[in-house]
Amino acid sequence: MAELTNANAPEGFQNDPRVPDELKNNVFITSLDKIYNWGRKRSVWPMLFGLACCAIEMIATAASRHDLSRFGWELMRASPRQADLMIVSGTVTKKMIPQIVRLYNQMPEPRYVIAMGACATAGGPFKEGYNVVSGVDKFIPVDVYITGCPPRPEALLHSFIKLQEKIEKQSLRNVPWYQKGEEDVVPIPVLGPDLVDLRRAQEIREKAAQAAPTQEQPAA
Amino acid sequence: MAEETTNPPPAETPAAPKAAPTAKPASPASAGAKPAAAKPAAAKPAGHAAPKGPPLATLTPELVQLQQQFGESVITPAPYVGVLVNDPSKLRDVMTYVRDQLGFDMLANATAVDYIKEGYIEVVYHPQRSKGGQPITLKVRVPRGNDPVAPTEVAVPSLTPIYAGAEFQEREIYDMYGVRFEGHPDLRRILTWEGFYGWPLRKDWHEPYYEGDTKPFDSRWPGGHHELAEERVPWADNVNYPPGFDPLNFNANPDAGLYDTMISGVPGVEEIASNGHAQRSPQFKGVGAAVPVLDRNYNNLADEEELQTDQIIVNMGPQHPSTHGVLRMVVKLDGETVTDLKLVLGYLHRNHEKIGERNTWLHNIPYTDRLDYICGIANELGYVITVEKMMGIKPTERAEYLRVIMTELTRIESHFWAIGFLLNDLGAFYTPALYFITERDLILDLFESVTGSRLMCNYMRFGGVSRDLTEDQLMHARQLAFDRIPRKIDELEQLLTDNEIIKARTIGVGYLPADRSINYSLTGPCLRAAGVPYDIRRVDPYSIYDRFDFEIPVFYGADVYDRYRVRVAEMRQSLRIVQQALNQLDQTKPGDIQAGKKAYNHRVPAGEAYGRVETPKGELGFYLVSDGGQNPYRYHVRSSSFINLNSLKEMTVGHKVADAVVILGSLDIVLGEVDR
Repeated sequence: MAELTNANAPEGFQNDPRVPDELKNNVFITSLDKIYNWGRKRSVWPMLFGLACCAIEMIATAASRHDLSRFGWELMRASPRQADLMIVSGTVTKKMIPQIVRLYNQMPEPRYVIAMGACATAGGPFKEGYNVVSGVDKFIPVDVYITGCPPRPEALLHSFIKLQEKIEKQSLRNVPWYQKGEEDVVPIPVLGPDLVDLRRAQEIREKAAQAAPTQEQPAA
Repeated sequence: MAEETTNPPPAETPAAPKAAPTAKPASPASAGAKPAAAKPAAAKPAGHAAPKGPPLATLTPELVQLQQQFGESVITPAPYVGVLVNDPSKLRDVMTYVRDQLGFDMLANATAVDYIKEGYIEVVYHPQRSKGGQPITLKVRVPRGNDPVAPTEVAVPSLTPIYAGAEFQEREIYDMYGVRFEGHPDLRRILTWEGFYGWPLRKDWHEPYYEGDTKPFDSRWPGGHHELAEERVPWADNVNYPPGFDPLNFNANPDAGLYDTMISGVPGVEEIASNGHAQRSPQFKGVGAAVPVLDRNYNNLADEEELQTDQIIVNMGPQHPSTHGVLRMVVKLDGETVTDLKLVLGYLHRNHEKIGERNTWLHNIPYTDRLDYICGIANELGYVITVEKMMGIKPTERAEYLRVIMTELTRIESHFWAIGFLLNDLGAFYTPALYFITERDLILDLFESVTGSRLMCNYMRFGGVSRDLTEDQLMHARQLAFDRIPRKIDELEQLLTDNEIIKARTIGVGYLPADRSINYSLTGPCLRAAGVPYDIRRVDPYSIYDRFDFEIPVFYGADVYDRYRVRVAEMRQSLRIVQQALNQLDQTKPGDIQAGKKAYNHRVPAGEAYGRVETPKGELGFYLVSDGGQNPYRYHVRSSSFINLNSLKEMTVGHKVADAVVILGSLDIVLGEVDR
């Protein structure tokens, strides 16, 4: 191996007295944000968590043809404690949303959410159903939405690239998980006569009190 | 296939002389403009002439025999199809007779219909013979009551002592309609949760986003305007609370009653547990034979008392990699041995049936894709042939062939998936699945190029299919059917069938003998692995399956290993069918894929039908009731995954918890179909 000297060092470094000879050609200078995000974006661990039809396409994405691991994302973890990313792959039902919120709360920061497909985004073809939540973003914040019913594996890969772009743009100075203050925990919704979102409890009580006792179906 | 939907007036039936004068050959098609108008007045005894009503059913010989046995006041012909059991208290006697004397040993389907105008709920049973033939229809009526949250006053006797497969189906009827079942071992809500307000499938129960009874909604069609559902409803969300509800002060217990019997113990379970061994299939001679599965004697130990351990209850799921989706298994463990098991379903309950009753007939086809999302085309076929039977149309020759080709490719694709994930459950994490997903993707490529979608194909139409295959696509299909997939199935067998670890883990595990399987209404590969050659393509042929030369693979081990072997053998038989169909396709006219004109609005004559097909998971049935309008009055899906789960407890108790995962994998459930 050729010895590194001032003569073959890259442009601009050749006569920099601050850089010792043995380090020349071996040191890159970048910002902390860049190197931090560069590492993070290529090692996102999704949670092994499927809800419905979209989960089948998620599995197909992880299989050999579409090969998720090209992006460094192949390590799916069954435990939320070890995962960075929740792919909400399918219809979010009222019976399931308490568990989804609980899993989200158990994930350590930094955490991301992809709403995969029409159902997770807004209820999809089943939106009118009485047991269907009109989009997972009613409860937990979503970073990337994907259209489709179900989205093709390529669409899921595209959402990964979009999420990588988002990660790249984050800065250590203002990422939420290094800020002081209260941690933002979503209260787990409760299954009563219908799904009760505890953040709206006061509003629900007022409206339910207004409803006439004989009126069975306020929405009808 | 489906039973006769619109029967001729039963004048020539000697055994139903009283019914004959009442049955006017009412014109079903014209009667149907108003919902439920064509339904008969509330349970009138036979003989009292109903002035206007639908035609009564012609009784089949079995039903005539039933009528003779129980008298004409108890058994009367029902409108369109089947018989009414007029006295619910006699239902168990009738059903016992149907099972033991008439040989209808499986309860294929049980569901209910809310006839709101007539004021009753009709519980409908479809028993069938495991030897084959069409199911018969029996109905019981109970007054529905007007209280939106109270269950019915009159209870229907539970059929669980007669048909074990009735357990989940009766719970579903209770959950959806509030029909009480007397003598049911565990009558709780199954798809929604305890404490849910109201009975969702009743016609006067409206969901929060309710807009109208039938689609297309007036606000949107024709012309129409678009408005978000959230903006229309008072809560600005898909929720609805009873008046005076206080969210800060109420007791929520969605799992009420779930653990009660598990803690106190169920007699049947104790029996198995004290027996000491899980049931093993006769072919089991393998590794674990010498090791007692549940050895509580500890004979070689001095102090037995010291080793007494508590049993613990563990929740597996709904987020668990082994449960194939969002299923929750609650298991009671003694050490690692499962001593009791309960399932909590409904985490993917997407209100398929409620939405389906609003949709137009055509509108429902893409929804059926999302039932069992691994094999969408097979579901479409079941729905489409049921509606075709009601409409009395027949698809063109070429369409029939295309249907068979696509459906059988779906079966192969689904079994690839099932076997791959069974191996996942066995601990061979993802490697075998990767091989088979590659092959599956090749089949999906064909689907995608033909229909535009990989999973949700929306391929069938009433009277045909949506697209013909081009020459390129046919080449692709031929290449798959004659070359690629046969090779890959060989490879699969080479890799797995004689693998020692697989044999040790699966032989003898999950044993459920044939008689119990039938009693549990188990269908599909699991039933055929127990030695019952029950395949609807043979026992009650539909479409053009009677033209092909294929076998129904049967194995006798009734365990996980034979369920795997049945699936492999079935893939080979499916290939045979596809090969024959591709060869015969040349005899049909290219492009001739739709009988009659394409239409958006189909009017289905008033009547009802139960149609069924053999999907990769088992019997998929559709029970449809039409009132002559453009929407189904009742749309019920009898899904095999849901009913197969009935038997999971009996298969699992006595085995280790790791085997419980494998047994669930061998049932090959898909949650979209379980919860609907």
